[in-house]
Amino acid sequence: MTSTTLRHSIWILRGNPLTGVAATGVLLLILVAIFGPWIVPYDPIASNVQEALLPPSAAHIAGTDQLGRDVFSRLIVAARLDLAIAVSAVSISFVLGAVIGSFCGYAGGRLDRTVGRFVDVMMAFPLFVLAMAMVAALGNRVENIVIATAVINLPFYIRFARAEVNVRRNLGWVEAARACGESHISVVLRFLLPNILPAMAVQMSLNLGWAILNAAGLSFIGLGVKPPTPEWGIMVAEGARFISTGRWWLVAFPGLALMLAVLCFNLLGDGMRDILDPRMRT
Amino acid sequence: MTEPLLKIDNLHVSFSTRRGVVEAVRGVTLSVQEGEVLGLVGESGSGKSVTGFATTRLLDAAGRVTAGKILFRGQDVTKLSSDDLRHLRGAAMSMIFQNPRSALNPIRAVGQQIADAILTHKRMSKEAAHAEALELLRAVQIRDPERRMAAYPHELSGGMCQRVMIAIAISCNPALLIADEPTTGLDVTTQKVVMDLLAAIASARGMATILITHDLGLAARYCRRIVVMEQGRLVEEAAPRTLFNAPRHPYTKRLVAASPTASSRIEDLVPEEERGYVAIGDRPKPPPAPGTPPLLEVRKLAKRFDQGAAAVAEFSMTMAAGESVGLVGESGSGKSTTSRMICRLIDPSEGDIVFDGQSIGHVPARDFHRSPFRKDIQMVFQDPNESLNPRFTAFDCIAHPLMRLAGLRGGDALRQRVEECAQRVGLPADLLPRFPHQLSGGQKARVGIARAIACRPRLLVLDEPTAALDVSVQAVVLQLLDRLRREDDLALLFVSHDLNVVRMICGRTIVLRNGAIVEQGESRALFDNPKSDYTRELVAAIPNIEIETRRAAAAL
Repeated sequence: MTSTTLRHSIWILRGNPLTGVAATGVLLLILVAIFGPWIVPYDPIASNVQEALLPPSAAHIAGTDQLGRDVFSRLIVAARLDLAIAVSAVSISFVLGAVIGSFCGYAGGRLDRTVGRFVDVMMAFPLFVLAMAMVAALGNRVENIVIATAVINLPFYIRFARAEVNVRRNLGWVEAARACGESHISVVLRFLLPNILPAMAVQMSLNLGWAILNAAGLSFIGLGVKPPTPEWGIMVAEGARFISTGRWWLVAFPGLALMLAVLCFNLLGDGMRDILDPRMRT
Repeated sequence: MTEPLLKIDNLHVSFSTRRGVVEAVRGVTLSVQEGEVLGLVGESGSGKSVTGFATTRLLDAAGRVTAGKILFRGQDVTKLSSDDLRHLRGAAMSMIFQNPRSALNPIRAVGQQIADAILTHKRMSKEAAHAEALELLRAVQIRDPERRMAAYPHELSGGMCQRVMIAIAISCNPALLIADEPTTGLDVTTQKVVMDLLAAIASARGMATILITHDLGLAARYCRRIVVMEQGRLVEEAAPRTLFNAPRHPYTKRLVAASPTASSRIEDLVPEEERGYVAIGDRPKPPPAPGTPPLLEVRKLAKRFDQGAAAVAEFSMTMAAGESVGLVGESGSGKSTTSRMICRLIDPSEGDIVFDGQSIGHVPARDFHRSPFRKDIQMVFQDPNESLNPRFTAFDCIAHPLMRLAGLRGGDALRQRVEECAQRVGLPADLLPRFPHQLSGGQKARVGIARAIACRPRLLVLDEPTAALDVSVQAVVLQLLDRLRREDDLALLFVSHDLNVVRMICGRTIVLRNGAIVEQGESRALFDNPKSDYTRELVAAIPNIEIETRRAAAAL
């Protein structure tokens, strides 16, 4: 199994080298998130007014901001926070959504209809506004950004898991599991859930990029992370004040970091979909 | 003799896959005369459909004609430009596909779809095309054609969809019609009606037809000449009678032997040396002592789903240990619902099920997994491709019931039991670590049966266990089931729409229609001498090699 999966992955990568690039990018991002604070050239918090607003140079490859902090160092250190918010938010919505959605898809009937309407109502809200309202109501803290992001993602996971389980629930092997003495609950948790995991993993990867954007968006409008903590959204927000005076690097580099991170996750998700699609396996 | 309409000369087709180039068709030579009906018969993977697709140049991107010629009226189809092809397809040759429901556009009314086909090839007004489409629907004998013009495919039954497909295919009076498994998936009675219609239309309009099918009986009934393919090669070509009475090629011999007929016995299906298991001498079964309670007694079982009418009503039956009972009926007759109620996977609305003297009908299905009878009643599911968990190896699949129901916790004892089960169903032990997608259809079917018999059940419910299998694989599986019945005194409830199979394997048969029992009795008597009109209709609809060849002989 593992060796065929590996061979299959290599075959897909050969046809779609972008997936390899994206995987490398994501790996790099994770490494930076873990080791960031030890590899940065400057202290990301310490201000140095003499060196404020310097354009990119050999000493400061992404320039410095209005307080003289090295933009590159701040970008690197910010990766951990942004990634942590996105990963924890997506994990929460993944776990809850997969379990709730699977049971709905398997049971059908009243449970399914009730949860389905609830999900519809949630999706009728402008999601970003809903997230804003939640952070405002719960308190302006990082944990609440995570909760808000998780909650607004939840409907997608519920729907996804529900649909994936729904198409499988009448297959022979599901009935066979029951004939082998499994209860309904263990059929869902031990048989159906593992089978929808690959598809859900694709959804997660596509969703991670979106969660990063969402977290950055909340910080951009002043919710959640507070200055001077380095975070891509805040950096864009702060840099925006200087863009009219031609200090483009304050916005461009954090924006670029955001874009690359999101792009990598999306491309990886697309590639994973190809790898995991059983129709591509012959 | 005149120049044939279609002449395929030494055709080779390859598909490039990631495991390299696969040759699907390796040197097929055949010809079709104007107005002739040719049967192209073979099992899955024989290249029969690929030959059909190559003829209309509808191969998918990975497939390529690597050698040979396809001459249609002297013109080489393999060298035509896509413009010429468009004129050819539909107008001069057209194709009828296997699954009519997926071959029709779901969001367009069927009348429009027929009119579209006409307008592609003829210059006429929309109104004229519409009128012609209506004419065609009349020609394919759809009831109430005016109303059906505006119907969408999902509003029509499978048989009606296939009639619409036929209407589209004949809309421009093609000279050649290629029908690729046109009735697979339809009920036998519908199959007969659709095939009769197709044959009548083809002969009335003088169209040559290539009937691609896996069903020898069907080919025998409707074709004058049959070509048998195996692994991309043409192995035999003959008139039906010669083919069935005196097959020359060993493959044809095997195929003819494996196709069940009204008089075939289960022992004759597969030659002894190819059965793939060791027969453990047959112990004659002593007759049950008088007064022994039946193993299974079903009393007035009924099932009603949410609001609708009853799916099953007043269903009663009894079964003794070691007995095999067939449950036949067309789709929608309630046979699957009944089998699942008996298997305690769904709850009956009314009635009772008594197993071994104890009522189990009132144990809710959701709690039945804890019942001591769970291991006694097991099920083999319809499509072997869908009945194995894709994340379980064959070993895991067979071990699952042993761990859950027989209390084995792994280790040597479990391994030994699993290997023993695999051996009983003729599954080589080296296939056990494989995942379902690495097994063939027949191997998957064996895993499914091994799983069901692992805990030594006393009643095995089989839901169309061979419907998705090739005849030669079906033959082996049927023999296996019959052997298990005799060895373990296992009762078999065999749900099927294939009457020839049921007649062979089941001592008794119950005919279901619209959820109610129409007729029941000893299989041979029931099929030879049906009492109800419905059973008579069912029996008449089965294409039967012997009767067909006799009929062909009479015609000549």
